[in-house]
Amino acid sequence: MSNRMKNIVVPLVAVLLGVLVGTIIMIATGYNAGSAFIALWNGAFGEIYYTGEVIRQVTPYILAGLAVAFAFRTGLFNIGVEGQLIVGWLAAVWVGVAFELPKFIHLPLAVLAAAAAGALWAFIPGLLKAKFKVHEVIVTIMMNYVALHVTNYIIRTVLSEKSDRSEMIAESASLRSPFLEGLTDYSRLHWGILIALACVFIMWFLLEKTSKGYELRAVGFNQHASEYAGMSVSRNIILSMVISGAFAGLAGAMEALGTFGYAAIKGGFTGVGFDGIAVALLGGNGPIGIIFAALLFGSLKVGALNMPLEAGVPNELVDIIIALIVFFVAASYMIRIFIDRISKKGVK
Amino acid sequence: MGLMEILLIIIPSTLLWAAPLIFTGLGGNFSESSGVVNIGLEGLMVIGAFTAIVFNLTFVDIFGSMTPWVALLAAMVVGALLSILHAVASITFRADQVVSGVAINLLAIGAALFLVKFIYGKGQTDIIQKGFSKVDIPFLSDIPVIGKLFFSNTYYTSFVAIAVAFLAWFVMFKTPFGLRLRAVGEHPMAADTMGINVTRMRYIGVLISGALAGIGGGVYAQSISSDFGHATISGQGFMALAALIFGKWHPLGVMGAALFFGFAQSLSIIGSSLPFLENIPNVYLLIAPYVLTILALTGFIGRADAPKASGTPYIKGKR
Repeated sequence: MSNRMKNIVVPLVAVLLGVLVGTIIMIATGYNAGSAFIALWNGAFGEIYYTGEVIRQVTPYILAGLAVAFAFRTGLFNIGVEGQLIVGWLAAVWVGVAFELPKFIHLPLAVLAAAAAGALWAFIPGLLKAKFKVHEVIVTIMMNYVALHVTNYIIRTVLSEKSDRSEMIAESASLRSPFLEGLTDYSRLHWGILIALACVFIMWFLLEKTSKGYELRAVGFNQHASEYAGMSVSRNIILSMVISGAFAGLAGAMEALGTFGYAAIKGGFTGVGFDGIAVALLGGNGPIGIIFAALLFGSLKVGALNMPLEAGVPNELVDIIIALIVFFVAASYMIRIFIDRISKKGVK
Repeated sequence: MGLMEILLIIIPSTLLWAAPLIFTGLGGNFSESSGVVNIGLEGLMVIGAFTAIVFNLTFVDIFGSMTPWVALLAAMVVGALLSILHAVASITFRADQVVSGVAINLLAIGAALFLVKFIYGKGQTDIIQKGFSKVDIPFLSDIPVIGKLFFSNTYYTSFVAIAVAFLAWFVMFKTPFGLRLRAVGEHPMAADTMGINVTRMRYIGVLISGALAGIGGGVYAQSISSDFGHATISGQGFMALAALIFGKWHPLGVMGAALFFGFAQSLSIIGSSLPFLENIPNVYLLIAPYVLTILALTGFIGRADAPKASGTPYIKGKR
């Protein structure tokens, strides 16, 4: 089997294995697996409202996936998407409530503020990696918690008066669309999906079609060779983190300007950033793969909400399945060996 | 409020919050010293907390006042079992260790909440009747001043944690096993050449980390939260990871860092009742552990270097 085929088959096998183990868990705990999956399907595609919600959920997933994937492609592991998303969320809301401007200025400004905040948050681990050789995984994890506590503090003191949430953003900064909502039976679908798809294109174009993208990837593959070829390793590492963080910040903007329209105190993480790791991995860090993976996880997450109602199965089952898919993709060495054995037999 | 009264509030509270971090941080130490990064500490704590609470609620009639301790054993076993997944993926199947750890975290919280709903039919468990409770430690609490500060109105688990830290130091630095464990984490090929079974040592390292993180979660659940829900463990595991780094991958350092982070955590909670802290926003205390860890890694507070082979799978025969 060719390498290209394998890159498509391995994620598929991982998804199947995840669903299989999920089914076994349901059978073992005495739930009706059949009706659970029907409820899952209905909850994602049974009505146009649900489909609208799926696309809404897919929007930040695509951007979070892009953020993780962009870093991966350039040899970095950005586990701090969650934190960058939160600061992006905060920045977008801040611009959304603080100004009164015409829409064609206000909305782009809010979106850009989110991207800039995410980029800034990712700049720190990038800088520390480039200048001090500190591993970005640990720094980004720590930055996640700093982001969580600092944004909570700002929401409590600056964006509100000791309240748990900010005001609603001005209409002129909103991504909401009565047209899309009407189209999908009043789901929370908003224009953000167009931004997300545009970013998919931007990532592909940047990495594959520009010399800067070539440099970024080269540094990821082999720092010494790139340095020898005259590229600045540290500048490329920082740039890569900044771009990755900007994508993550945009994911926050989707929640801020599209789905919620405000920022609230968070007791824990949104989970979107960590799901972004799943999206990027399953999507093989490629643009098309990310769209499909985001679609899968988005429909799983939204559809899951229907499982307790229609089939009496706890929606956490889907979280288990997603975790298993990540696990199987991570351990794909096992799947690859298995595929090799099978295809060798076929040749004989 | 006099200094003595302030210390009487702060010290027991620090010990309380530090205990889960010490256990879990030490767990991480065993795993990372053997060369396997364990981001999954958070998930292992979650499963430990879940197991301890469920065990406690179920068997409290049988074990009586010993229940929390037996529940800790159960949490230890289940934590170790879950960590096998991480070991298999990252050692045998050469998965990216960070990704595998992320999967463990996602899996643990998903599975624990699924099972809570399956067992109790609701999203959160009841509150346990017999948790770890405050005690005056016999004899030691009678020592003047020190006894009152450190050994009264406190928890046994904190002292077990400190004892385990010294035990871990002894095991890692004074026994052949510890030498082998660290050798495998620093230079697996050299260790392999000397006849050490790299795979087996790494499996043991990860299993110990699962067991200790399970205990950490169990201690947290039974002395601080008293029930289990989606937010019971929220970042404790990552803070333990921070303690591991701030403690420079040394058991006693980890203990010191965990005590310090416990101090910061308890100040962020009780700070508003202390005279000199009431005007400082507690956000500074909340982010202190993470910021300090970043600074430690950067080299501003003495450079912290991970075991050399940490994070890379060992492939026999590969140069």
